[in-house]
Formats: sequence, structure tokens, C-alpha cells
Amino acid sequence: MVEVFAAIFERPNFLTFVVIFLWGFYIMVTRYNLVKKLVGMYLVQTSVIFFLVSISAKKGATVPILLSPTASVQAIDYVNPLPHVMTLTAIVVGVATLGVALALCSAIYRTYGSLDEEEILKKLE
Amino acid sequence: MSFVFEISLLLLLLVTAAGAILVKDLMSAILLLGCYSFFLSVVWAWMGAVDVAFVEAVVGAGLATVLFLLTLFGTQPKDVRLRRPPPPIAALIGLPLLGVLMLYAAKDLPAFGDPASPPSVRISPSYLQQSYQDTRTPNVVTSVLMDYRSLDTMVETVVIFTAGIACAFILRRKTL
Repeated sequence: MVEVFAAIFERPNFLTFVVIFLWGFYIMVTRYNLVKKLVGMYLVQTSVIFFLVSISAKKGATVPILLSPTASVQAIDYVNPLPHVMTLTAIVVGVATLGVALALCSAIYRTYGSLDEEEILKKLE
Repeated sequence: MSFVFEISLLLLLLVTAAGAILVKDLMSAILLLGCYSFFLSVVWAWMGAVDVAFVEAVVGAGLATVLFLLTLFGTQPKDVRLRRPPPPIAALIGLPLLGVLMLYAAKDLPAFGDPASPPSVRISPSYLQQSYQDTRTPNVVTSVLMDYRSLDTMVETVVIFTAGIACAFILRRKTL
């Protein structure tokens, strides 16, 4: 039991990821307001990206820009660049999907006059 | 010293995320979400991911906040529901259980900042060592994004173009 807690506190990035991910997911499931659901979706997206980037960190390493092109490169001096590239794509695509979702929200408000899920369902019947 | 800095930044992240979730007024929630994005970009800059931090500060804290605010100006800026019905039992039991399981698996993950973790020793050293000979770019992230993975980046622009077209069609007024 003590080992598990020690393992968690050695990885504060993972603890932060779990809290934000699950809380955002809970908001997506339980809230009735559509914009609030999208806030939860944004938290889920960014928490996953945060976890992927935090895997790339190395203690005592610098940013992945080569200090001198001619000297031979030691990989331990630079943080891992590959998760950065993948998450750059993920951030931009995430915001694009968020934009489409928000456009859908305002179209729903224009048609039904409400952003509350239950009122919309009542008007749909 | 460094540990104190790290913990306080992560606490700020959690506090702003909690504020964005708990605040009733949607406008305040959106602005707190912008703060959360900005603190996230600060955390990333501190971890050495400067390119990701720039993109998050511009696209996440800037563009996403503006999109949320534009939506709110067209709709109602308050969560009108004063009393919420109780949440479903499955969410109340399942999500904490999932959290406990995830935290129980924490000891199998590499420790934070470990230079000998599997993602840092398997394939990324060859990218770091060969990218200047291959692409003549000192920034390794740029050389991977624009050179090794340029097809991915090109198709990503197709995704963004599709999203823009979709928004234009959704928001088009019917009376032309």
C-alpha cells in the first residue's frame, strides 16, 4: 500500500492527468448544459496531451534545439522531440473539432432557443 | 527548489480546471478555461516542450477561448438549471473505480523525468542525432514535423479545412 502511494507521488504528472481526465469526463456525462459539456471535453483533450508531453521530459535536459550543429549530439542532453510533434497535431485537430461542436451548439440554440439538454429533448417530442 | 516550482504549477492547473468546472456563470468558466490553457503552456515550456507551449498559448488559450466566447455571445451566458438531478449511479461508481485502477497502475509507468525511460532510449536518440545531417535544421521538432512527417502535416491541414467548411455550412443562414 505504501509502495503504491510512493509510486503515485513520484509521478505528480500522472496524478494531475488522472484527476483532470476523470473530472472532465464526469462533467461530460452529468451536466445538462451543452457548453459545459464542451468545457469537459476540452479538459479531457488537454489532459491527455499533457500526459503525453510529460512523458517526454528528462531531468537535466534542455529544449530539443541543437546547441551546435557540428558537435556530436548526446541524446541525454535534449528532451524527447517525438511526443511534441504528435501532440502539436493533436492540439490543432482538437481545437478544430471544438470549433465544429460550438457551431453545432449555436445552431441548436437558433433552432430550439435553449442549450439545456432536457429542454431540447422536450421540444423535440 | 525545482520540486516546489513543479508542484505549485500543477496545483495552479488543478485549481483553474476546478474553477472552470464549478463556476455557474458560463462566461467566467470560459475565462478560467483560458487561464487553464495558459498555465498548461507554462508547464510545457518548463518541461522543455517549447513548440507545444507556443501552439497551446496561441491555439488553446487564444483561439479556443475566442470560439467559446463567440458562441456565448450568440446564446445564453448562464447555466439556467439551478438544481441538478442526481447524477447516474454508473458514473458515480465507475469513474472513481477507473481512477483507482489507473493510479494503482502508476508504478508500471516510467518515473517523471527519467532519462532511461523506454520512450527516451528506443527511437528518439536516432532522430536527435541524425536530423541535422538529414534536414539541415537545428530545431528537431521542426525537422520531424516538416520533413520526416510532412505528409501527416499536410493531411492535418485537410482536417482543419474540413472543419472550417463544416462550420460554414452549419452557421449558414437559411434565408439567402
